[in-house]
Amino acid sequence: MADLSINFAGIKAPNPFWLASAPPTNSGYQVMKAFDAGWGGAVWKTLGVPVVNVSSRYAATNYGGKRMAGLNNIELITDRPLADNLREIEEVKKRFPDHAVIASLMVETREQWHQIVRDAENAGADGLELNFGCPHGMCERGMGSAVGQEPNVLKTIVGWVMEVAKTPVIVKLTPNITDITVPAIAAQEGGADAISMINTIQSLIGVDLDNLVPYPYVDGKSTNGGYCGPAVKPIALNMVKNCAQIPDYKLPISGIGGIENWKDAAEHILLGAQSVQVCTAVMHYGFGIIRDLKSGLSRYMDEKGFATIDDMVGKALPNTKTWENLNLKYKVVAAIDEDKCIGCQLCYTACEDGAHQAIGLSGEGEDRIPHIIEDNCVGCNLCSLVCPVEECITMERRDDGKEHTTWKERSANNNIPTTFNDELAGGRGHWIPKPEEALKKGHYDKFK
Amino acid sequence: MSEYGKPTTEKEFDANFEQIKPLMNSTEAYYESSRCLYCFDAPCVTACPTGIDIPQFIRQINTQNISGAAKTIYDSNYFGNACGKVCPTEVLCEGACVYNHQDVKPIEIGRLQNFATDAVIERKEHLYQLAPDTGKKIAVIGAGPAGIACACELRLLGHAVEIFEAKAKPSGLTVYGVAPYKILNEEVLKEMNYLQEQFGYTVHYNKPITGKEDLSKLEQDFDAVFIGIGLGETRSIRIDGENLKNCVGATEFIEELKMEHLKTPVGKRVIVIGGGNTAMDAASEAARMGAEHVILAYRRAKREMGAYEFEYDLAKAVGVKGVFNAQPLEILGDHEVVGVKFIRTKVENGKVVSIPDTEFTEACDMVVRATGQAKQETFLAQIDGLELDWGKIKVNAHFQTTNPKYFAGGDAVNGGAEVVNAAAHGKVAAKGIHAYLKN
Repeated sequence: MADLSINFAGIKAPNPFWLASAPPTNSGYQVMKAFDAGWGGAVWKTLGVPVVNVSSRYAATNYGGKRMAGLNNIELITDRPLADNLREIEEVKKRFPDHAVIASLMVETREQWHQIVRDAENAGADGLELNFGCPHGMCERGMGSAVGQEPNVLKTIVGWVMEVAKTPVIVKLTPNITDITVPAIAAQEGGADAISMINTIQSLIGVDLDNLVPYPYVDGKSTNGGYCGPAVKPIALNMVKNCAQIPDYKLPISGIGGIENWKDAAEHILLGAQSVQVCTAVMHYGFGIIRDLKSGLSRYMDEKGFATIDDMVGKALPNTKTWENLNLKYKVVAAIDEDKCIGCQLCYTACEDGAHQAIGLSGEGEDRIPHIIEDNCVGCNLCSLVCPVEECITMERRDDGKEHTTWKERSANNNIPTTFNDELAGGRGHWIPKPEEALKKGHYDKFK
Repeated sequence: MSEYGKPTTEKEFDANFEQIKPLMNSTEAYYESSRCLYCFDAPCVTACPTGIDIPQFIRQINTQNISGAAKTIYDSNYFGNACGKVCPTEVLCEGACVYNHQDVKPIEIGRLQNFATDAVIERKEHLYQLAPDTGKKIAVIGAGPAGIACACELRLLGHAVEIFEAKAKPSGLTVYGVAPYKILNEEVLKEMNYLQEQFGYTVHYNKPITGKEDLSKLEQDFDAVFIGIGLGETRSIRIDGENLKNCVGATEFIEELKMEHLKTPVGKRVIVIGGGNTAMDAASEAARMGAEHVILAYRRAKREMGAYEFEYDLAKAVGVKGVFNAQPLEILGDHEVVGVKFIRTKVENGKVVSIPDTEFTEACDMVVRATGQAKQETFLAQIDGLELDWGKIKVNAHFQTTNPKYFAGGDAVNGGAEVVNAAAHGKVAAKGIHAYLKN
């Protein structure tokens, strides 16, 4: 059995699954329940000068039959008195000494930072997470993402914290920035022990078409919120990867963003996260999902031969390159399994209208099974992505694997297209139907 | 005319007994698992006699952790694969699914369960590590669901187990009694092999434990005994003509059908007497074997039938005709059955009374008595200090009998229920035996 325990920048936890600083960590009651269910750590709902919240706080993107593919919130940091939170942190640590309790913090002045760092540590917090990510409400007051977007300010505040902190300090970064590696480096320069990402993405879920007010509705008005949930995972993974690949970067990363099942967690870890944080999935399904997270990850690690989480951290990074380093000679084409095909022809229309006109229809009677026109197939994957049948469309390799050329190498050899009508253009020689062919087939006639 | 012709080849037999819950493919399993809401304190779990963590295994299927899903199932129910197909899910887990309240089709839990367990059985993937040998030996009488489940759990806990089975195959009524359109014998036996290979208990087939002598030997050679003997033959209904040719007991008829398929003799006009699930099965099976007319005769009103509604619907769907408030008076015929004489009934103060001058006769060439199985009281009386309650073995919460060395479960304890109930008993009883042997 794989060992799921971790030591994250000096913070020990029985497993890498932490609750992110958010509504699920609003109270000792919730955190204890979570630990009892099997969670390894919790980052407390951000402490600071308590706020006043609005009523009606969340809104969600539903996708098809799935609710909450993305969640948006306009809730601020804790609205409970600091003393209450500290007392509960102390109690949780007393009952769960081996679990990680990290205090998320957000204040303004140097004095306030010093005070709250001492208070959190005195209460028994195993570490601190500086909330430089919140993209709604608090940033209007110069905190949260307003700090995360200003590397120099970030560095200065990290410095203030490091003046008094005795426990590991994690800096939580905002994705609402062009290049996340800049604040990541600033955090390291400020002396932080680790970074976590991503906080929520500035968002507006939609507009109520009856009353013309965006969601969530607050007395006839609304505001932008922070977006999270399964929909943001790809953005989070890319940012985790970007930070993990900063040359000579030393700080461990806690991955956050769209983690709902063990596979999401495994992906964050393979791209460089040493712990993972979860919020939306718990807000949707409760603390019980930890059973799937632990069972699935542990089974996967056993299968892959990873004995510890450390063994697995960043294992996908060597395979994650800049575009210019990809092999231009690699060639795949789509193949349709005729026995599995159910004849929906989604692949046909996707390729025909949305990609490279490389799928044909027999046009004969009842035969609805499309076929690949290999000469035209660029191996883009689109057909396999829209296909509703598992493993019906697969991508098959066609090059012999002997040749390897990258854009970088071709650039170095002056072997790249440079003029508008260059002979070296990749699509030259690729068959494209003539424009007038578009009208001949009359695909949409029967709906006119 | 009947919907089904008499099957003359195995292929035709299979077509007539087409599986009502066929194995899912991975696409179907993916879509179906993604519909699960992952309810908190899920009603499907409460409805499952073995308490399988259903939302968990469905989520594991959805996240492609199929082995994990199978383990979640087997952790609660050693007949995980069979139960996915033979459980009356319509009245258990699927009947409890919250989607029913919204008039949305409930999650196909049974088929998802079958999908996940089928994958590990096919791969022969072992999911358990057995505890070190405790040196204790337990005898299990009967290789039915209760006995096998008990044996698996005992082996998991490190005890040696020998099972004594009167028949030639394991799983009891799962292989000898469940309607062929619910599960194939090969599937049942595959899971039995999978379990035996993984848990390593011994089964002595064709080895009935019958008399005092056998019992004394078991008591001598083993530290504890588990009784999972089920029920006996079809009970007599005590009317004239029961011994005529072509008047058969439902249990015996179904067993023959399950083992002999095509060779099972079935009449052209068949009357099935009874209102329980076995009666529904027997009637459906007669129709699928090509009987032209099948009548299901029950002495009370339709709504009072013990059978599940969906089981009656299945029978109706294959052309079975229900005749209610009809009490059989005599099975007619000289040597062979030629008909049944009934009298109309009504219920007064909860009792069935016949209505005078309402006798009528239905012609037939076969009668199937589905009037319940007899308890095995004669055998059980030979165990010292073993108390019965109307023929059912009395047990405590740990399934220990009034003779502390004996534990019991399954139909012999509950008087006749589902495979899943017996599998639940066996597992709990094994834990009881474990605790008993530790003291």
